[in-house]
Amino acid sequence: MTPAKKPEPEPADEAPDVPGFRTWRGVYGFVFAVFVAVVVALTVFTRAFA
Amino acid sequence: MNAIDWLVLLGTILGIVAYGTWRTRHTDNLSTYLKGNSTTKWGTIGLSVMATQASTITYLSLPGVASENGIAFIQNYFGLPLALIVVCAVFLPIYRKLGVYTAYEYLGQRFDQKTRLLGAGLFVLQRGLQAGITIYAPAIILATVLGWRLDVTIVCTGLLAIIYTVTGGSAAVNLTQKWQMAVIFGGMVTAFVVLLTKLPADALHIAGAMGKLNAVDFTPDPKLRYTVWTGIVGGFFLSLSYFGTDQSQVQRYIGGARLREGRLGLMFNAVLKIPMQFFIVILGALLFVFYQLQPGTPVLFNQTVWQQQINGPQGATFRAIEEKHAALHADKETKIRAWVAAHESGDAPAEVAARAALTAAQKASLAVRNEARDTLQAADPAAKKTKDSDYVFISFILTQLPHGVIGLLLAVMFSSALSSKAGELNALGTTSTIDLWRHFRPLAAHDEVRNVRVAKWLTALWGFFAIGFALFVSSAENLIEALNIVASIFYPALLGVFVVAFFLKHVKGSAVFWAAIAAQIVVLAIFFFGKAYPAREIGYLWLNPIGCAACVLFSLGLQTVMPREVKPLSVSEP
Repeated sequence: MTPAKKPEPEPADEAPDVPGFRTWRGVYGFVFAVFVAVVVALTVFTRAFA
Repeated sequence: MNAIDWLVLLGTILGIVAYGTWRTRHTDNLSTYLKGNSTTKWGTIGLSVMATQASTITYLSLPGVASENGIAFIQNYFGLPLALIVVCAVFLPIYRKLGVYTAYEYLGQRFDQKTRLLGAGLFVLQRGLQAGITIYAPAIILATVLGWRLDVTIVCTGLLAIIYTVTGGSAAVNLTQKWQMAVIFGGMVTAFVVLLTKLPADALHIAGAMGKLNAVDFTPDPKLRYTVWTGIVGGFFLSLSYFGTDQSQVQRYIGGARLREGRLGLMFNAVLKIPMQFFIVILGALLFVFYQLQPGTPVLFNQTVWQQQINGPQGATFRAIEEKHAALHADKETKIRAWVAAHESGDAPAEVAARAALTAAQKASLAVRNEARDTLQAADPAAKKTKDSDYVFISFILTQLPHGVIGLLLAVMFSSALSSKAGELNALGTTSTIDLWRHFRPLAAHDEVRNVRVAKWLTALWGFFAIGFALFVSSAENLIEALNIVASIFYPALLGVFVVAFFLKHVKGSAVFWAAIAAQIVVLAIFFFGKAYPAREIGYLWLNPIGCAACVLFSLGLQTVMPREVKPLSVSEP
């Protein structure tokens, strides 16, 4: 019904091409680590000032 | 505002609109019009995703909310990075693999046309009405403060967004959002720096002592609106719905040169969103401190309306409230300075006593502010349309910033209104064309030129509808709240449909269609039960996991009892 133009097939797990990261799993791990660090930092901030 | 401010404001806003329109004026390829240039890089996608999510309310109202209630709102974003990881790992690769223009097109391929229409219908219903709110909400505040006509402000903002969104489609939206975000970042950082120069060194300690810096709350109480748990669990599902299934976001990241660009654009937001929101709420907490130490701080910040009452027949009542507030404000300032002295001396008992005195002074001052608000709303019911906290930051901008910077900050407000509005119009035009118009005109799908022309017309129609709705909203004061509630309770079932589509391969269209409707009824029942029995009401973020889980469970249950469906076409499924 909707013959959208199909792009050339691309690999679902192509390399992230980001220095220091070989896989997307590594990128996600890094983002998760940053999230944990931010929550910890906000907890420390609350304890320090509130 | 003087001539310099007008020059900066109009130069910035019109310059970006003209640039976007000119650069994308020859866009006649359907894919480029609906998905953006195929060469778009991750930085542009990341900024575009950020610009679409953050409307003027983020920059105008959030500092005021933090000033009044503290920075606990930041917890609302705790689920966002986790949701974006799921979108990157699961949703985006499937959208790219199938080459769809809209998220709902995928539902048609995975299930059937009725499920696709359900998803697309829910989206256009919500977004179509919210597009009006996106213009109205900032317009009423800016028009009130600046003395502009509300209808003219609404129409001008709406028309500007229509011009470049219709002309260049997604390519124009991506291009302009990049520059609009540059203006927003530049303006907000400038305002922050100016504010810092006006504060004492221990401003953060004062904000903390007055209860404004409780960023995290680990209390496991489902009735509390903002805790770490509601933020991580409820915020995760809310963000997953918004980024994974709302076309206004999906459209921002499914284009791009490669899958990598969309993924990195989303990861850019996953890393920066919480720090960016923290910056905005801290700005609000520091604004609070600034006004505590500022002689002559108004009892209410919506001074345009307040002054009308001062000069009206009930002027004596309002002046009496003002005088009471001035005396309490001076007393509170003395108590703040006493607490600072005790804090710096390291005398713990003195500090505890000073903090107790400060808390009492703050309570007395707040009581007068509440009295002022109630008196104002009784005298002028139109004042109920906005919260006084919405006027805190704009008051600071207009009274404390130098000329030129005032123009820049107003450009921030209009840039954010245009960027989020353009994203919404773009998505509405696309969904109406691909999921609705093409559904009823299947043969026209092969005529690319006609598709682009229809998409342009539908985008413009949605723009005019939004303007009309924004003009109508001004006469229906409770509509904004009602629509926000409607939007927040319709996401969970839609997310449930997508979760089933991605993870439960054996569930078919009819089962998930009826399960979504049943889940929607459950969410509505919980919501109205909470309204009928406020003591048992749960935080609204919890509706997201509940509605999604209900849809998934009902789908599984229905699939076991429904007859197997025979699929007419073989479609490659993820």
